[in-house]
Amino acid sequence: MSVGLARWLRVGLVAAALLFAGRAIAALDAALVHDLGFGESDAKIRAIAALASSGTPETATLLQALLDGNVQTAGEEQVLLVSGETATDLATGKTLSPLPADRDDLVINNRVRKEIETAIAIFKLTSKDRAVRLAAAKQLQTGAGEEMLLAIDRALAQESDAEIKDLLALTRASVQLASSDKATRVTAIRTLAESNNPGTKTLLLGLLEKKGDAYAEPDADVRAEAERSLRAVESKLTTGEMIGRVFSGVSLGSILLLAALGLAITYGLMGVINMAHGELIMVGAYATYVVQNLFRSYAPGAFDAYLLCAVPAAFAASALVGMALERSVIRFLYGRPLETLLATWGISLILIQTVRTIFGAQNVQVENPSWMSGGIEAVTGVVLPWSRIIIIGFAALVLLAMWLLLTRTRLGLFVRAVTQNRAMASCNGVPTRRVDTMAFGLGSGIAGLAGYALSQIGNVGPDLGQSYIVDSFMVVVLGGVGQLAGTVYAAMGLGIVNKFLEAWSGAVLAKIAVLVFIIFFIQKRPQGLFALKGRTAEA
Amino acid sequence: MMGAAFVPLAPAGGPRFVRLLSAGGWSFYVAAAVVLFVAFPILHLVVPADSALHVSDYWVTLIGKIMCYAIVALAMDLIWGYTGILSLGHGLFFALGGYAMGMYLMRSIGRDGVYQSNLPDFMVFLDWKAYPWYWSFTDHFWYAALLVVLVPGLLAFVFGFFAFRSRIKGVYFSIITQALTYASMLLFFRNNTGFGGNNGFTDFKRILGFPITAPETRMALFAVTGAALLGFLLFARWIVTSKLGRVLTAIRDAESRVMFSGYDPVYFKLFIWTVSAVICGIAGALYVPQVGIINPSEMSPANSIEIAIWTAVGGRGTLYGPVLGAAAVNLGKSWFTKAFPEYWLFALGLLFILVTLFLPRGLAGLLAARRKAP
Repeated sequence: MSVGLARWLRVGLVAAALLFAGRAIAALDAALVHDLGFGESDAKIRAIAALASSGTPETATLLQALLDGNVQTAGEEQVLLVSGETATDLATGKTLSPLPADRDDLVINNRVRKEIETAIAIFKLTSKDRAVRLAAAKQLQTGAGEEMLLAIDRALAQESDAEIKDLLALTRASVQLASSDKATRVTAIRTLAESNNPGTKTLLLGLLEKKGDAYAEPDADVRAEAERSLRAVESKLTTGEMIGRVFSGVSLGSILLLAALGLAITYGLMGVINMAHGELIMVGAYATYVVQNLFRSYAPGAFDAYLLCAVPAAFAASALVGMALERSVIRFLYGRPLETLLATWGISLILIQTVRTIFGAQNVQVENPSWMSGGIEAVTGVVLPWSRIIIIGFAALVLLAMWLLLTRTRLGLFVRAVTQNRAMASCNGVPTRRVDTMAFGLGSGIAGLAGYALSQIGNVGPDLGQSYIVDSFMVVVLGGVGQLAGTVYAAMGLGIVNKFLEAWSGAVLAKIAVLVFIIFFIQKRPQGLFALKGRTAEA
Repeated sequence: MMGAAFVPLAPAGGPRFVRLLSAGGWSFYVAAAVVLFVAFPILHLVVPADSALHVSDYWVTLIGKIMCYAIVALAMDLIWGYTGILSLGHGLFFALGGYAMGMYLMRSIGRDGVYQSNLPDFMVFLDWKAYPWYWSFTDHFWYAALLVVLVPGLLAFVFGFFAFRSRIKGVYFSIITQALTYASMLLFFRNNTGFGGNNGFTDFKRILGFPITAPETRMALFAVTGAALLGFLLFARWIVTSKLGRVLTAIRDAESRVMFSGYDPVYFKLFIWTVSAVICGIAGALYVPQVGIINPSEMSPANSIEIAIWTAVGGRGTLYGPVLGAAAVNLGKSWFTKAFPEYWLFALGLLFILVTLFLPRGLAGLLAARRKAP
């Protein structure tokens, strides 16, 4: 490119900039401009409000320039919109070039800045971009004034997005609630009763609050109206909260179920206390992690499919570890439950340290595939995440598969036979030792599946299993030994009860309450929820 | 359940409740007392520090700590080795005793804390203005000492009453005790529980007016711990050689038969369970001033289950076994964690497996087999 052409291009650009600047800012009222440039904060705010009410797109540019520090004063009179090498005199609309030498930055304190931001938000409400509109609606929640009601109403009429609409309606109501006209306030309160937004509750509660001796809302009629609306909103919100809580309870329950199902086989059916069960869960989670990494390195295009391939991997990894344990240690301790407990604890320590040595002591990152992100909004404000829904479905599938396996296959028949009467099963030709190994492998494999599920919603680290071992034992103890149905009911019950108590008393106290409850429950029904009927004497 | 695999070492002959210890036992006892109360103080306090015979602070603290552990292992042996009930919650009683003593130690800090307040630093941090009710009177040593005994004792009594009454036994009992200590750990981790949350109690300054880090004070604590260990050994010996001890062993070996013979096992179990918890609490109270810290991690299930392995390594159903086991495992641990810190868990895990598979009678069993062999 020749030098001459470059020069021409530059001239052209400057000309275009001048043209644009000239077109953008028409001359404004001189008093207003003076207030904006040289007035005190109050005067500035008045000027900004006046600017904002004009509603032309040019004002938005000006307000943004104010925020960005591109509006400067020169001398005692001039207020300039500076862009690059040129400036526009706001009062006359004339373009000044070169820039005057005696320019000063226009001082904007936080109050003024907030005012400008609110004013800009009003303009942004008409943006085509949903994210911009949402951000603007959030911005308006605090600081919107009565002069913006018209603009908000206009935006409300055009808006199609439910979330933004909610926010705007709430803002409008809160502006109206601050109005000095009683009728406006009452109307606003009545409109609020229709809402099912959690923010409404805070808004209404604020009216009924006492500040010193006086209520925040001086008029008794308005307060009565507010209470009526509050009750209506609360009942709507409670439904939403209930749905949310039951859902998270079922979600927790399905995780407990996955963790406890494997235990129900090894402990319930075989009488083996496996303290390393939590570590088998961890092995499953790490197997998922390894599969994820393989996919990332060798098949990044099919990354989202890693989750499917991880299912058999997690099952197989844990099942193999479990079968190895059964063959090498647990086999020699059948009939000595306390010794089994100690030996398997030792195994768990070794597994934890092995994983730490291989993968490091830090948590590893297991990413959700993209189709698992997001969720369904059941009611306003209650989002049910896909990952949790999928895990609930997964737990149900595993349960179904296990039920089919135990009741419909030869292996299941053998497992049940050995559980009920080992000697008799052996006499009838059931290879009890092999069945033991298979059953232990099955229980361990299901633990691996639990780890696979956990890797999608929580941290994966060497200590992962430790936090689930006590809980899953509680499920098995509560459900009764050797009972699939009991395990399901106990897991779901514990999950839901836990979540409800959590909302009421905090997570730690809820956990303690559940444990105390179990201790008392076992007083009444030492054999668990679903005791085997019959005259089985103690072993 | 256990009888099949576990043959007790104690002689199974007719009743003998006459002598507490044999002549050899007594002389061993006196020797131990001389070492603990004469040799150690002289070697630590009198012999100059540069001498080869000097016993350093490190060893005094370590041996003092191990003696506390040995008391715990002994308590575990009474309930597990002799009565056949495996508790996975003994760390809780140990920690409760420690916390009770810790409350006294916290209050004797006075205004010497970081914030120079009458309240412990963690309460100042939480912006509490006064002690919660359960801290009242803990500035008196004797009240704190009473709590050391009462709190673990009462908790064990109530828990044991409900558990034994409904015949929760075997692994069920173990799992529930583990849940108990786990729940308590969560409770003590909360700042609002009023026991210092995560950090627990530390930075103690004095005990009964004596500076807690002075060599003389440390030696005194060491001697008291030694005396407690020897005392509890005698006490345990007295229990297991009495008629009561016989019933306990019988419960371990065949509980149904004990019931059919007209005994109610509930109260025997409840008694030994509570005694065991109280002994643990006292061990915890002796432990805290020596190591200078108590926090909720003492209640973690892993700690409690480690107590069981001390007892198992030493040899269940003997009284010197657990003491031996606690010493061996903990000396091994302090050497291992210094030499190869990352392999300690492997070693501990292997210990759990090998002892249960190949050494059901522990070190005591090895020694006994050796004595018989020649």
